[in-house]
Amino acid sequence: MASRHDNSIQLNDDGRLRHFLTIEGLDKDLLTTILDTAESFAALPGRPVKKVPALRGRVITNLFFENSTRTRTTFELAAKRLSADVLNFNVSTSATSKGETLLDTLRNIEAMHSEMFVVRHSQSGAAHFIAEHAAPGVSVINAGDGRHAHPTQAMLDMFTIRKHKGEFTPLRVAIVGDILHSRVARSQILALNTLGVTEVRVVGPRTLIPTEARTLGVHVYHDLEAGLRDVDVVIMLRLQKERMDGALLPSEDEYFQLYGLTNERLEVAKPDAIVMHPGPMNRGVEMDTEVADGPRSVILQQVSYGIAVRMAVMSMCMQTHAANGGEA
Amino acid sequence: MSLSIIGGRLIDPANGIDEQLDLHIEGETIIAVGKPPGGFVADESIDATGLIVIPGLVDMAASLREPGYTAKGTLESETLAAAKGGITTLVCTPDTEPVIDTPADIEFIHRMARKLQQARVLTAAALTHNLEGRQLSSVAALKAAGCVALSNARKPLANTLVERRALEYAATFDMTVFLRPEDRHLHAEGCAHEGAVATRLGLPGVPSAAETVAVARDLALAEHTGARVHFRALSTAGSARMLREAQAAKLPVSADVAVHQLHLTEMDVEGFDARCHVSPPLRTLADRDALRQAVAEGTIAAICSDHQPHDPDAKDAPFPDTEPGISSLETLLALTLRLVEEGVLPLQEAIARVTCGPADLLRLPYGRLNVGLPGDVCIFDPEDHWTLRTDQMISEGRNTPFEGWEFSGCVTHTLFNGRVIYRKA
Repeated sequence: MASRHDNSIQLNDDGRLRHFLTIEGLDKDLLTTILDTAESFAALPGRPVKKVPALRGRVITNLFFENSTRTRTTFELAAKRLSADVLNFNVSTSATSKGETLLDTLRNIEAMHSEMFVVRHSQSGAAHFIAEHAAPGVSVINAGDGRHAHPTQAMLDMFTIRKHKGEFTPLRVAIVGDILHSRVARSQILALNTLGVTEVRVVGPRTLIPTEARTLGVHVYHDLEAGLRDVDVVIMLRLQKERMDGALLPSEDEYFQLYGLTNERLEVAKPDAIVMHPGPMNRGVEMDTEVADGPRSVILQQVSYGIAVRMAVMSMCMQTHAANGGEA
Repeated sequence: MSLSIIGGRLIDPANGIDEQLDLHIEGETIIAVGKPPGGFVADESIDATGLIVIPGLVDMAASLREPGYTAKGTLESETLAAAKGGITTLVCTPDTEPVIDTPADIEFIHRMARKLQQARVLTAAALTHNLEGRQLSSVAALKAAGCVALSNARKPLANTLVERRALEYAATFDMTVFLRPEDRHLHAEGCAHEGAVATRLGLPGVPSAAETVAVARDLALAEHTGARVHFRALSTAGSARMLREAQAAKLPVSADVAVHQLHLTEMDVEGFDARCHVSPPLRTLADRDALRQAVAEGTIAAICSDHQPHDPDAKDAPFPDTEPGISSLETLLALTLRLVEEGVLPLQEAIARVTCGPADLLRLPYGRLNVGLPGDVCIFDPEDHWTLRTDQMISEGRNTPFEGWEFSGCVTHTLFNGRVIYRKA
């Protein structure tokens, strides 16, 4: 058969992480190692995150073809906590709509001896593409590509869930909202299933659920109350404002009435259910302020755990290269 | 110049022939099948013992890229590639720059092709001016200039009234209209079949309905106008079913399928393989099997290359940013023979789908080995097992997902107008 690119490009021959592009193809042990490594970096209660010399003298480049101050900042902070030097490139997508420009950008930054690219791009598969073309010894971390994957976000969500729930096996998790356009949801579904939860549900109107959603390994609900019944974890997704223009939804108001999370609706979930959101949140669209700021919300913890998880992934990829003799 | 092809197994589906017969050519023309005419002495004879002798292939749709996109291919490079693939007649698509929509554009292509003498290059001219879907082309003038069909190429007609008028006007001159059925709104920004793989990879999907909605609309207009409509490059089971029903109702409608649709599925897009970025997209196994069945029963009477050579940059980007298409002149025959190996249809039928099948749809006398017709012949060795290597391709476009595939059946000679234009080294 024809030769194929596949997800194994993110693993070396020993099964260690070279790039971090997607959750797909990674096994439970590896995901658990990421969580355990993140644990070692995580802030102790009341104390700041440790700064470690792991990547001293290394150059990490944030290559963002799509604006995101928040994600870029947490990657930058993670890199600095690992003592790496950080370059930030914000490349407007309009200027690089052609592949050759994307490759040219990559080559130029490689010439600055950067050993890791943290990439965000509006097209699905962009991180794979860059990883395929990156020089040996250069790691690529996917910080979000199109609708495809956002694996560090998914892992920080897993980290948050483990912190609160201990183990994954008995859990039922509901992901609510715009599944169709969400790279976060795709990565979360893969991670949850790999870690062996009892059930992953997706909840939303048919216009926001892919027609083949079931093939992702989820149960599909169109009714929020039915979807939230007895779940341990509720993940609310961000609803992009521009979705209102594309005949996907009639109005924000109707969306909130049907799928907005309120304390009342949350009553059908387990009494100790936690509420998550990858941010940035639209209060009064995806959820009520009293839920967002309420005792079940772990939204701000997600943000701070994000730094430890990104430190874990960056250091693991760099160690793989060092072990392969790939450092410059 | 005269030539005899001796000792081969001659398969000529149009005439129901499959037996060991010699073929004799004088000048540009076939003068005898079987015994040579009395006193005939060939200047050259080709020993075809163990080989299969068939009509030169007829390809209903190939983008030859000239004029306008010569970094991707030229008439010279692509007709040489066609010769290596055993193709002697091909219909080039009008999506060049400028678009083929005037008699002068047609004349340019025909004159270049006559000079090259590598293949019979025919033209499908634009159905509307500049393929914009607004102003009708000068159909009578284009027909007089020698185009064999009118086509919307890969630019779907958005306006149904324009489509109705275009079909009516084409029917006035008894011209066949090639339609690539696609509803542009349902297609939207899609780049892969809206199925399990695209869902997992987060690739914007093209639903099957983007094609079936257009086929339903086009069939309704074909019935209304009485125009001869030929669907290009069908990709879904639903389209095949609708076509079958329309033919049963005696509508003058036909279709072809791109040969890659009979072998690849959405699974091949896995890993963001841009070589498998095609339009219409690779669909499900069920769609592939339905298309195979439609080809086997003759509902789809032509298999075409849907050749789209690209420069390397066109495929060197994140999947959605790459240009769709496969460079496929050199694998049309091999992939068609593979259908026989896989039990989809008998050899003679398979050869019909790439010779007299498309020729009949075009109402042209090619794709057959009748006395008096041009000596367009393909000879292949069914026992020659080979592996496709892109660095050995003749086409300017090396964009093919079939690299590394092993095939049985390799062209040894191609004759065009009685002259050997390709001989395997």
